[in-house]
Amino acid sequence: MALSGVEIFKLLPKTNCKKCGHPTCLAFAMKLAQRQASLDLCPDVSEEAKKVLGEASAPPIRPVVLGAGDKAVKMGEETVLFRHDKTFVNPCAIAVEVKDTMSADELNAIADQVLNSEIDRVGQKIRIDAILVSNASGDAGKFEAAVKTITAKAPAVALILSTTDPAAAEAAVKVAAAGKPLLYGANESNAEAMANVAKTHKVSLGVAAKDLDGLTALTDKIKGLGVEDMVLDSGARTAKEILRDNTYIRRAALKKGNKSVGFPVITFAQRDDANLETLIASLGITKYSSIVVLSSIERWKSLALFVLRQNIYTNPQVPLQVKQDIYKIGTPSNDAPLLITSNFSLTYFIVSGEIEGSKVPVRLAVLDTEGLSVLTGWAAGKFTASKIAQFIQESGIEKEISHKELIIPGYVAILSGSIEDKLPGWKITVGPREANGLPAFLKARTN
Amino acid sequence: MAFTAPNETFAGKVFAVDAGLDKKIVFGGENVLPFHLFEGSVPNRPVIAYEIQDVPPADWPETIRKAYDAVSGDPVTWAKHCQDKLGAKAIALRLVGTHPDRENRSPEDAAKTVSDVLAAISVPLIILGSNHVEKDAAVLMAAATAAKDKNCFLGKAQEENYKTIVAACMANNLKLIAMSQLDINLSKQLNILITQMGFNKENLVTDPMCSALGYGLDYTYSVMERIRLAALTQNDVTMQMPMLADVGINSWKAKESQASEEDLPIGGALEPRAISWEAVTACALMIAGSELLIMRHPEAINAVEKFIDELM
Repeated sequence: MALSGVEIFKLLPKTNCKKCGHPTCLAFAMKLAQRQASLDLCPDVSEEAKKVLGEASAPPIRPVVLGAGDKAVKMGEETVLFRHDKTFVNPCAIAVEVKDTMSADELNAIADQVLNSEIDRVGQKIRIDAILVSNASGDAGKFEAAVKTITAKAPAVALILSTTDPAAAEAAVKVAAAGKPLLYGANESNAEAMANVAKTHKVSLGVAAKDLDGLTALTDKIKGLGVEDMVLDSGARTAKEILRDNTYIRRAALKKGNKSVGFPVITFAQRDDANLETLIASLGITKYSSIVVLSSIERWKSLALFVLRQNIYTNPQVPLQVKQDIYKIGTPSNDAPLLITSNFSLTYFIVSGEIEGSKVPVRLAVLDTEGLSVLTGWAAGKFTASKIAQFIQESGIEKEISHKELIIPGYVAILSGSIEDKLPGWKITVGPREANGLPAFLKARTN
Repeated sequence: MAFTAPNETFAGKVFAVDAGLDKKIVFGGENVLPFHLFEGSVPNRPVIAYEIQDVPPADWPETIRKAYDAVSGDPVTWAKHCQDKLGAKAIALRLVGTHPDRENRSPEDAAKTVSDVLAAISVPLIILGSNHVEKDAAVLMAAATAAKDKNCFLGKAQEENYKTIVAACMANNLKLIAMSQLDINLSKQLNILITQMGFNKENLVTDPMCSALGYGLDYTYSVMERIRLAALTQNDVTMQMPMLADVGINSWKAKESQASEEDLPIGGALEPRAISWEAVTACALMIAGSELLIMRHPEAINAVEKFIDELM
C-alpha cells in the first residue's frame, strides 16, 4: 500500500540537507508520496528505509515490457479504474496468434500482415503490437522452427511464446531472447522449470491458472523463485469471466494493495465468429487487459480495435487536436467552397464527416484553437476575427482558389463583419450553426 | 493463498423500465456496474431496438441501405420484417421525413405512420423525431396521441422543447427519452426539469448523446460511466434512469462506415468494417452503462446479442 508523506518522512534522515534538491526532508517526503520524486535523490537514506519505501513506492501494477527496441510495448503501471479519473497509462497491446502447425508460408503471410499493419490516426502511429506463437503441435522442434521463421521475417515485432513444455520453451526462448519475448505458459505443474527458463534468459513470464485463488498461489510461488516480471491469465475465457476477473484484479491491486495480482493481464479473445471476437477484444481494451490475443487481424478488425484503444486511452482532460491546416475533402476544384472550423478533434471529425456525407467537395480550414470547440474557442479568444484573418492570409490559400469567400460557423455569425474588415476583398458567408446542417447548406449552394 | 474478492456493493440502483403491451421489454434494474453479476443483481439484459424510418432510407450508406432494400419502401413492411424475420425485440421508428430540410412531412402524416406501424407489430415501439427541436415538438405531440396507452417510448425531449413533449407523454400515458448535450450536469438538470413537471422519474430514459467509435466515443463513454457511478455510489435519484445509446445513426455517419476499401485501404473490406464499427460502438457504450440501444445492421445486432449472451 502507498505510504503517506508523513509516514515516508519518518523513514528519512530528517537532516534537511537539501542534497535531494528539496528544501526539507518533509517536502521531499511529500513529493515521494505523490510519486513526483525518486528515492535515489537522497544520498543518506538507510538500507532499511530503502527496503520499506521501495516496496511501498512500487507501482501497484508492475510495469512489464513486451519486446525490445523502439517497438517494445510497455504494460502495467495503471493507477485508476475509470478513465475519467485519470488517463489510462499503457495502451493494451494487440497480438495475433500463429500456430507451429502452420506452414512457413502461412507464418510468413501473417508476419507480413503484422509488419504492414501500421496506420497513422490523429498523429499517432498504431500497429499490431505482437505475435503469439503457440506450441499447438506439442512438439519442441516444430515450435522452435516456427519461432525461427517469425523472428527471421519480423525481427522487431514483440513475441509471446506460448507453450507449457519447458523443453520447448527453452529452445524457443533461446532463438528469440534478444527480442525480450513474453514466455507464456507457467502453470501449477511446470512452474519451477518455466520460472527457471524465464530467469536464465531474463524474459517475462506469463502465468496461467484456473481461477484467481490458483493465480495468487502461482504468482507468489514464482516470485519466490526469483521471477519478478509476470503477466496474468486467470483462466477467464468467456466475456463474463473476463469482466469479473479483470475487474477483481485491477481493484485488488489498486484498492487493496494486493501485490500477488499487481501485474498486467493477458486476455484470449479468439472466437470462430470474427464479429464476436472483435467485441471480446473490445471488452479487454475497455476493461483492463494489457494484451488481447486475436485469431486473425483483418484490416477492418484491427482498425476498429485501434480506434477503440485510442478512444479509451486518450487523456480525458486534454482534447485531441487536429493540426492547423486547410484540408481537402473529396477532390475540390479551385472554385469549391472554403469553410472554417476549430481544431478540436471532435468538431473536426463531425464537421468533416457531415461534409463527406454531403458528397460536396470542399476545402476545410482548421484553425488552431488549442482544442476548443468553435463557441468555446470564440468565448476564450481563440476563434477570433484576427486569428482567422491571419490564418487565411498566411495559408496562401488565396493563390490556390479562384474565389474569396469564406464560410464561417453559424454560431460565430457575429464575427462576419470584423473578418471582412481584416480580410480585404473577402466575402464572409454565415453557414449553419450545427454541423448536421452542412449537407443541406452545401447542396443548396451547388444547385 | 486464497484471493479475497474485492466486491463492491452500492446504495443506489438503476430504475427498471418497461415498454410495450403484448411482448413487453424490461431493462435496467441493476444495483451494480454494467454486467457485474458477480457482486450484485443484474435482472435484465440490455435491449437492442432495430431502427426504421418513416421515409425510404435514401440517405443511408449503401452497406446498410442494401440490408433493407426489399422492405424499406414503407415503414410498416420494414417494421414487420424486423419483427418477424429478424426477431427484433423492439422497433425504433425515426420520423426523419418530418424534418424541414427533408420531406417536411406534417405532424398528421407522422401520426398516421405511427398508427400504421403500431397496428402491424406486437413488439414495443420507440418513436423518435427528426432532431429538429421546433418541429419535433409538433410532430411528437401528434405521434403521442396516435400511440396513446400503447406504452411506447417518445423522444427525444431536449432542453429547448421538453415541456411540450413531456406534456404529450403524460397526457397519453407514454414513456420518455430525454437527450442532453454530452455533459453529466446537463443530463441531470434535464431529468430534474422533467420530473418537476410531475413526470414519473421511473418512466424516463436518459440519452447523454451518443457518439461513434472514433468520433467522440471517449466522451460518451465517460459521461455514461460517470452518470452510472453517480446513480450507484451517490444514490442520486435524478441520475438513476437507464441510458440510451443511439448507435446506428451515429456509427453509420462515420467515414469508416462509408468509404470503399479503395478510398480507405487501411480499413480493409467495407462491409465487415462498417458492421464492426456499429457493433464496437454499441459494445463499448453497453460496457459504459447503456441498457437501451438503437441499431441498424442485423449482423451488428446479432454480434452484440451474442456478446450479451456471454456476459450474462
